Amino acid sequence: MIKLTNIRKAYNQGQHNEFWALNGIDLEIEAQKVTALSGPSGSGKSTLLSIVGCMARPTSGRVQLAGRDISGLPERFLTDIRRSTFGFIFQQYNLIKGLSARDNVMLPAYPLGGDWRALHERADLLLDTFKLGHRRNAPVEWLSGGEQQRVAIARALINDPQVLIADEPTANLDTALSREFLSILESLKQQCKTILLSSHDPLVVESSVVDRVVRLRDGHLPGGAE
Amino acid sequence: MKIWIAKQKALIDFTLSSLARRKLKNLGLLLVYTLIVFLLASVMLFTHALRHEAAQVLKGTPEVIVQRMVAGRHDLIPPGYIEKLGRIRGVQHIEGRLWGYFYDPLVKANYTFMSPTAGNINEIQIAAREIVIGAAVARARGLAAGNLISFRSYTGKLFVFTVASVLPHDAELVSADLILLSEADYRAFFDIPVGFYTDIALSVANPQEVRNIAGKLAETLPDARLILREEVLRTYESIFNWREGIVLVLLSGSILAFAIFAWEKASGLSAEEKREIGILKAIGWETGDVLKMKFWEGALVSLTAFLLGYIAAYLHVFHFSTALFEPVLKGWSVLYPRFELVPVVDGFQVATLFFFTVFPYTVATIVPIWRAAITDPDAVMRG
Repeated sequence: MIKLTNIRKAYNQGQHNEFWALNGIDLEIEAQKVTALSGPSGSGKSTLLSIVGCMARPTSGRVQLAGRDISGLPERFLTDIRRSTFGFIFQQYNLIKGLSARDNVMLPAYPLGGDWRALHERADLLLDTFKLGHRRNAPVEWLSGGEQQRVAIARALINDPQVLIADEPTANLDTALSREFLSILESLKQQCKTILLSSHDPLVVESSVVDRVVRLRDGHLPGGAE
Repeated sequence: MKIWIAKQKALIDFTLSSLARRKLKNLGLLLVYTLIVFLLASVMLFTHALRHEAAQVLKGTPEVIVQRMVAGRHDLIPPGYIEKLGRIRGVQHIEGRLWGYFYDPLVKANYTFMSPTAGNINEIQIAAREIVIGAAVARARGLAAGNLISFRSYTGKLFVFTVASVLPHDAELVSADLILLSEADYRAFFDIPVGFYTDIALSVANPQEVRNIAGKLAETLPDARLILREEVLRTYESIFNWREGIVLVLLSGSILAFAIFAWEKASGLSAEEKREIGILKAIGWETGDVLKMKFWEGALVSLTAFLLGYIAAYLHVFHFSTALFEPVLKGWSVLYPRFELVPVVDGFQVATLFFFTVFPYTVATIVPIWRAAITDPDAVMRG
């Protein structure tokens, strides 16, 4: 579904603090499977997720989505692909404080201009699915860590994307909440979502939900994919 | 189009929820903003309505007034003057007028005495020893129809008059300090012999010819001073402009303070706001969507303030008689007329006020966002 060919990514290129986060990554991510990127901090996991999720362009190399080369597309088209194809769950959840759980969930759908009532219903349904129906009007900062993460997952799903990208999803969760997250992952997998996540949490990497682990170190794939 | 509207609706909805998060700060801003629009609009509406009123009043006045000058001072028109003017072509109607000022030491106010037989209010017939008074005079002296009042004339003689009636309230702007009396009483009170007049009012058949006729009048009567209606109108204009200017200068300090405050508020982008823009971009908002959202934020705040301020100013001026600026804008007087202005709104003035209040604030809101909005969305992932 997603094919990366010789992906290289540099930050501050040409400056004294030039840094290569990715050095020639070749990878294919299968549809409807859970793929985990694993590796120590600074290994390039988040950068790779950004490139796959059309948040950043590679310095060189090609990104193909369902056979279409998207690495050279202008920002407008990338944004379009990003919001229709990908849903993001960030490490720090990145919810907007002061807004209710429901408003946060609906955020990615605002620029699409769809039917207002249908959007509200969809958001409520997602919150109900994640057992947050009773908290829909609460400002997100009033929610617990686990609840915030579920709001973030609901937000990632509001535009019904094919691919979910999660960056260190269990980094701020205790074991019980991490297991809860994995069960959500399982149900999403059953809904035929393609899931790409980064984690160095053994609980996630060694979980049966994960179909494939890709190990990264210093921007390389030293051992290839498992 | 439907999608576009739905999109704008969604953005406005988000903007409102976003503004509601900082309720106190935004309400404070809205309040100060509304107050500034209210003050500016009040001054503009009031002076414009006064100018309009003055122009309406002057419409009914004669095109030319002739005053006789002696040693550079205004003197009485002697007998024979009016006859001389009648021979000038283009003059439609001539009448001698009798009017003057009388100082009433009791209330320390000046009244305008006028004989309606040769003035503007021709239709009023006043019997001997009777007067018709303006509403402000009635208020100042506590008079009503049927009351007696005495004035000691400049010759020292005491005159007693009966108040026949009080002039209607709706004419108060021009008749507040007026006392109308018969020609005979006027002449007796001011000791002006028959045949003499205070000045002469001329109406001209063709208004385009006013300047030519004025030229002929000046030749015929070299000792006369001619006052043209258009000049009076211009003087009124300048007086109101000047007063408007004074109030605006007084207000300029607060306007400047607000401008700095609004600019600071609108253009300063907190770290929290920058982070939020990053999140919005990461979850699929385009740079344009972020800018549109910020545009709505600026537009909603400034438009609400503009509408509230303008409506409040309208009510202040036309329903509460401009209570705040009355003394400065109306000028100084002991006998203030109490009047309600006819509501007049000048489209150009509204547009000017709109442009100088709504536009800068909206721009100040958008510009700083531009830089934050074009940052890469992956900054959120990395941060």
